[in-house]
Amino acid sequence: MSGFAWHRRSKRVIATFSGFEADLLRSLTSQLVELLRNEQAAPTDVADPLEAMMDFSGPTTEPEDPVLRRLFPTAYPDDEEAAGDFRRFTEGALRDTKAASASALIDTLEEAGLPPELTEDGLVIDVELDRGEAESWMRTFTDVRLALATRLGVEEGDEARWAALPEDDPRARAHDIYDWVGYLQETLVHALTKAA
Amino acid sequence: MTAPTPVEVEPDLTADEVPAEVTVPEKPWTTIVWNDPVNLMSYVTYVFRTYFGYSEKKATRLMMEVHEEGRSAVSSGSREEMERDVQAMHEYGLWATLEKDE
Repeated sequence: MSGFAWHRRSKRVIATFSGFEADLLRSLTSQLVELLRNEQAAPTDVADPLEAMMDFSGPTTEPEDPVLRRLFPTAYPDDEEAAGDFRRFTEGALRDTKAASASALIDTLEEAGLPPELTEDGLVIDVELDRGEAESWMRTFTDVRLALATRLGVEEGDEARWAALPEDDPRARAHDIYDWVGYLQETLVHALTKAA
Repeated sequence: MTAPTPVEVEPDLTADEVPAEVTVPEKPWTTIVWNDPVNLMSYVTYVFRTYFGYSEKKATRLMMEVHEEGRSAVSSGSREEMERDVQAMHEYGLWATLEKDE
């Protein structure tokens, strides 16, 4: 696994994954899509029932799920009303954009030969991304990492804590996956920087 | 990134001599990006370069400010412009807020 590279001649960002790696990426990304599409906009807190029924424009309060709270932060920390308005006008569109990017990543992996059920050993998945696709993957990797980190409780400079966990601890395994997506992200950013 | 030009008042001018019709320009709004333990330094720099069109030097300086000081003012302008920037930062997975300059 060597991560992403900029291919000068074709002007594309390329990467090769094992079937296992591609399947893992698909699994993480589909969980993200599910989360983004799942928890519905919290109903708005308005007194007039008609107004409440007609207000389908978007949520105004923070999502319940901590991952979603991190993906859609409160834009005005000291102004609840402005924060609610901002959320109503942006969260729906942001959810759609993020879910569409994540779904596109899954489509690309499947078009590159990842079968619906991974059964075969030794499968190799080559992906070639144009600049726009590569940027979209980069944003999805960010969202996947934010989701994993929120679930794991990752903090600044806590590497020693994870390294100290026994190898068979599920949190150690999850943290390894988080690190791996971080490595992919780093190589992707470098490939795109070369492309610029 | 722009900042309002500071208004200089002659020190020996008394309050009465300051023209009454001087209008204070509307205070601009600022987009703040906050530090988080997840986003890679290379990624944050890349976002500042590509979204705002900043030079590598400026993007790196702002990224280091986020990293070391916990936050950085990355752009300023009208409220509408800053809401667009904050939304874009959220699209990139950066933790951004906006505030009115004091």
